[in-house]
Amino acid sequence: MDTVLKSLVSQNTRANVSGDNIMVAENLRAYYGSFLAVKDFNMGIKTKSITAIIGPSGCGKSTLIRCLNRMHEVIHGARVTGKIFLDGDDIYAPGIDPVNIRHRIGMVFQKPNPFPTMSVMENAVAGLKLTRVFGRRSEMEEIAEKSLRQAALWDEVKDKLKQSGASLSGGQQQRLCIARALAVEPEVILMDEPCSALDPIATLKIEDLMRNLSQNYTIVVVTHNMQQAGRVSDMTAFMMMGDDRAGILVEYGRTDQIFTNPKDKRTEDYITGRFG
Amino acid sequence: MPRQDFERHLKNLQEELLVLGSMVEKAIGRSTDALVTRNLALARQVIAEDLNINKKRYDIEEMCIELIATQQPLARDLRIIIAVLNMIVDLERIGDHAEGNAKIAIMIGDEPPLKPYIDIPRMAEKTGEMLRAALDAFIRRDVGAARAVIAQDDVVDNLYDQVFRELLTYMAEDSKTINRATRLIWVAHNLERSADRVTNICERTIFVITGQVEEQGVSKY
Repeated sequence: MDTVLKSLVSQNTRANVSGDNIMVAENLRAYYGSFLAVKDFNMGIKTKSITAIIGPSGCGKSTLIRCLNRMHEVIHGARVTGKIFLDGDDIYAPGIDPVNIRHRIGMVFQKPNPFPTMSVMENAVAGLKLTRVFGRRSEMEEIAEKSLRQAALWDEVKDKLKQSGASLSGGQQQRLCIARALAVEPEVILMDEPCSALDPIATLKIEDLMRNLSQNYTIVVVTHNMQQAGRVSDMTAFMMMGDDRAGILVEYGRTDQIFTNPKDKRTEDYITGRFG
Repeated sequence: MPRQDFERHLKNLQEELLVLGSMVEKAIGRSTDALVTRNLALARQVIAEDLNINKKRYDIEEMCIELIATQQPLARDLRIIIAVLNMIVDLERIGDHAEGNAKIAIMIGDEPPLKPYIDIPRMAEKTGEMLRAALDAFIRRDVGAARAVIAQDDVVDNLYDQVFRELLTYMAEDSKTINRATRLIWVAHNLERSADRVTNICERTIFVITGQVEEQGVSKY
């Protein structure tokens, strides 16, 4: 591609990234077949911070974050319009490999899902093994240890690295999944209700971990637990279902402002439990 | 309607605040009456009843802590509870000022009055009126009314100036009046401070409504 053409493509697919946003959604719409699940979503995600997405069930929170790393389109009939920029580049631009995007934007799910037939160590590097061949075993072990340490799990599993990942407790399994996501060195980590299956102690451990990780990574977390959003996030987005049942962004702001003095009455009604 | 139980508790909390406010307002009036009429029994009653004011303050504080711990209030609900936590401190301190004035009424009760009391009862009446209006503005969530109460603090400040100047003149003319006059300046000062604390209550009302903590003009004292 010649330079002029490259620059034209670049102009069409680069966001006007404002401030310190690592990701920007512009006029995003997400569909399941003809059903519009998320409508006209515009939002910036600040780099190396935690952004919480809250809202009632069915308002499109999970759909939204699945759009952020092109996971939405893996569902049959699902599609996206609008743009999502990562570091200024549209991840939905033609020619972009979604697998590459999912490397750069990792995901942790509601229920811990370590691969049951793999050991703790194999789980930690499972994502990496899909894309590269390790030159030597020690290299794999080094990366596994680094990821497990980053996920605050190393001390608890260092003596059982060969045991099945499924033998760990729920909280440990979830941290193993976070280690697995970290091993591929993503820029952004998406978390969809990461603590909903965990007890309060395991939940607090994950929250501490999220705070530590946010020094080096950008985290977007969907949560039903407003106290959790308040405890861990820097920014909070409140979504709800519009009259046409499509999810919309109602309010987005600093977490302390959203939880003490929301500007929109619908946000106030939701967070104070008076919704509907 | 969701959160009916919480709503009931929040309403109850504010009703208890009004009860405390009315106890304090009564203490301001009675301590001044005790001074003016040299009614030592009434003064002793104000002192004794201050214990009830203190107890009520701590009861309300406990209610607030329980609501925060068990209901995780947010947004306006949280601001209301935080405002109440602050207001009860101001109310209790106003009660302490009234108790202080009742003690002074006892201290100078055996001595002949310096002069007929005019401005001190006015200060007490104005402070009581401001307190009533401040709590009313809180319950009605009326920013304008809260600001209007704050503006009235100047009236009490001016009365304090007047009392101070007058008593200074007495002391300059006759050193035998120094004991009584000094204590009366304390009385006026306690009332002036009480009115200032009422303005704090109004600032908290504004915080509940707007979400902003803002100092509404600085009192002269």
